[in-house]
Amino acid sequence: MSGPGFVVAAALGLIAVTLAVPVPIALARATWPTRAPARALLLWQVIALAGGFSMIGALLAAGLALMPIAVVPGGIVVGAAIALTGYLLGHLAATVTVVVRSRQRHQELLWLLTSPHPTRAETLVLEDSVPLAYCVPRGWHSLTVLSRGLLDRLSSEELSAVIAHERAHLDQRHDILLVAFRAWHSALPWFPIAARAAEEVDVLVELLADDSARRVVSDRALAHAIAAVARVEPDGAPRTVRHPATARSRDRLLRLAA
Amino acid sequence: MANLGHLERAVMHALWESGTSLSAYDVLPRVADAASGKQLAVTTVLTVLSRLEKKGFVSADRSARPHRYTATASRADHVAELLHEALGESADRRAVLERFVGGVSAADAAVLRDLLSNRADTA
Repeated sequence: MSGPGFVVAAALGLIAVTLAVPVPIALARATWPTRAPARALLLWQVIALAGGFSMIGALLAAGLALMPIAVVPGGIVVGAAIALTGYLLGHLAATVTVVVRSRQRHQELLWLLTSPHPTRAETLVLEDSVPLAYCVPRGWHSLTVLSRGLLDRLSSEELSAVIAHERAHLDQRHDILLVAFRAWHSALPWFPIAARAAEEVDVLVELLADDSARRVVSDRALAHAIAAVARVEPDGAPRTVRHPATARSRDRLLRLAA
Repeated sequence: MANLGHLERAVMHALWESGTSLSAYDVLPRVADAASGKQLAVTTVLTVLSRLEKKGFVSADRSARPHRYTATASRADHVAELLHEALGESADRRAVLERFVGGVSAADAAVLRDLLSNRADTA
């Protein structure tokens, strides 16, 4: 009854469960990722990939070990492993398709509505009073968008901070990571750890982009830029906050203002 | 072909400013002005209009001769759409853009402002 197949399945299952719950919780609670965001980001990727593979591997090993004893249950377990793989990959592909399409549409709108920045390459200016800076990654034609409201509000050092921050997102291709983790989260909406992972990755890429900006400008300039741009609700109405204020997102700001 | 993008922008501005439907012949003089006085061919304008139609920015009335083109939405509507996406307010589109203050909640921003002003006081 107990063959090497079951041992492998049990071992992989144990790894999968460990990577699915205690390890991510510990990592999300740890304070060191704020100081070493690149390492933490790498670790999140390893956890997600290894967790997925070990879960699928455990099902496959168990199914294959079961087949000689009981064909039908074994087959069902193998089928479940294949279905899980297909579901995750299919979901990723669908997410990427949606993202690529909406980016394309967004860029088309940008071409019509903005004008190129007079001095900075690949930078567009939107004539609107809302202070706003963001980047649109797309192959080699990535763009940084700045609004008139932002340009009016920031000093030139603060503006350099914003641009260095956005450039870092583009150069380090943070969008790929964000899409992967958000796809994972939306594929497993009932799995709270996936949501936690996506939130952590969100903040970690901001920390990394901040670090790039801090090489160019002072912490103070970056902090002032964030304070100036962070939205204040015009009517004081509580805004639906998509990002729950995690400890990490507050730490991001505290380390600049310390 | 590199400046088709500029022409698209110029044609859209002509349509937005006119506020009514225009034929390619109506568009022509308005775009020629915008493109540093360079005279364009009607066929170029038609190409640009059909590209804009394909992208959904322009609708064509083909019962009229010559065909008449209208902007499907006002400039302000498009700006609103852009801001809606850029501010991360539309569902499911969050992955499109990375905003400078994307992860900063209102409460965190208040804490940061307090810290900065306190430090300015003591400095």
